[in-house]
Amino acid sequence: MSTDARALMAHHFDSPAQQREAASLGMWVFLVTEIMFFGGLFLAYVVYRLSFPHAFAAASHELDIVLGTTNTAVLIASSLTMALAVRSAQQGRRLPLVAYLVLTMALGSVFLGIKTYEYHHKFVEGLIPGPGFSFPGPEAQHAQMFFCLYFAMTGLHALHMIIGLGVLAVMLVMGARGRFGPHYYNPIECSGLYWHFVDIVWIFLFPLLYLVGRHG
Amino acid sequence: MKAHVVSGHVVPVGVYVAVFAALLVLTALTTTAAFHDLGPLNNVVALGIAVLKATLVVLFFMHVRYGTRLIPLVVAAGLFWLVILIALSLTDYLTRGWLGVPGR
Repeated sequence: MSTDARALMAHHFDSPAQQREAASLGMWVFLVTEIMFFGGLFLAYVVYRLSFPHAFAAASHELDIVLGTTNTAVLIASSLTMALAVRSAQQGRRLPLVAYLVLTMALGSVFLGIKTYEYHHKFVEGLIPGPGFSFPGPEAQHAQMFFCLYFAMTGLHALHMIIGLGVLAVMLVMGARGRFGPHYYNPIECSGLYWHFVDIVWIFLFPLLYLVGRHG
Repeated sequence: MKAHVVSGHVVPVGVYVAVFAALLVLTALTTTAAFHDLGPLNNVVALGIAVLKATLVVLFFMHVRYGTRLIPLVVAAGLFWLVILIALSLTDYLTRGWLGVPGR
């Protein structure tokens, strides 16, 4: 073991590998609490969709499927660049690490930009739940519930994206200063876990919000 | 101590790119499937593809496939609790009308 590896290892660990597993385990325990956090919203969605299937299908039609699919692809691409950033950190290659992190943050920003455009469009169309909500047909109240869930779920997801961008900004500074290498890359590994988790949340939000009753 | 034990598993770039390609194909597939009337199967296909995509991300991008078995256990426990949350709640919501209780 090099002196570098020993210097970056806390005294209560036997080896860098053990320290790394402890870091990943801790991050995963946090992500499990995040699963339950989003789980409550998913449960609310399931209950209301089972109660008002037709209103949910009609309301889902108001979402832009092209923008939704594009954003899914953008987020998946950002997960690839994130994985490659972690890989570069593992190999101690500073320039690719910085480049992949910048790319990941750029793709995350594109996602949030498209999301902002969608929110604005909903505002113009009067689909923000509240006194100004307008929806054709007899099931306007139930469609409003769909949009309550839409904004709550995508809003919470977007908040996680914004936090993720902040975390990646810190990783960018640490990475540019050469803090990561083969012996120590726990912070960026855990940041990657977080980023991929947020990607997974969107992987479920996309079909549940955008793809309801598209046929017929 | 051997170098690979210290530095952890470095996944080949090709694996990441293959997973990325699979995720894009599955995204195209789920969007296409949504425009075909498959009856109740629409929901099964949409959620099945989402679960498949999430599994790919967890196993490869999140390195669960390459770690010790402790991490998969924690992930499975978390998902088990999510299933409890949804399944037990639905035993309530789905059965409320069965007995014809007044006020429902």
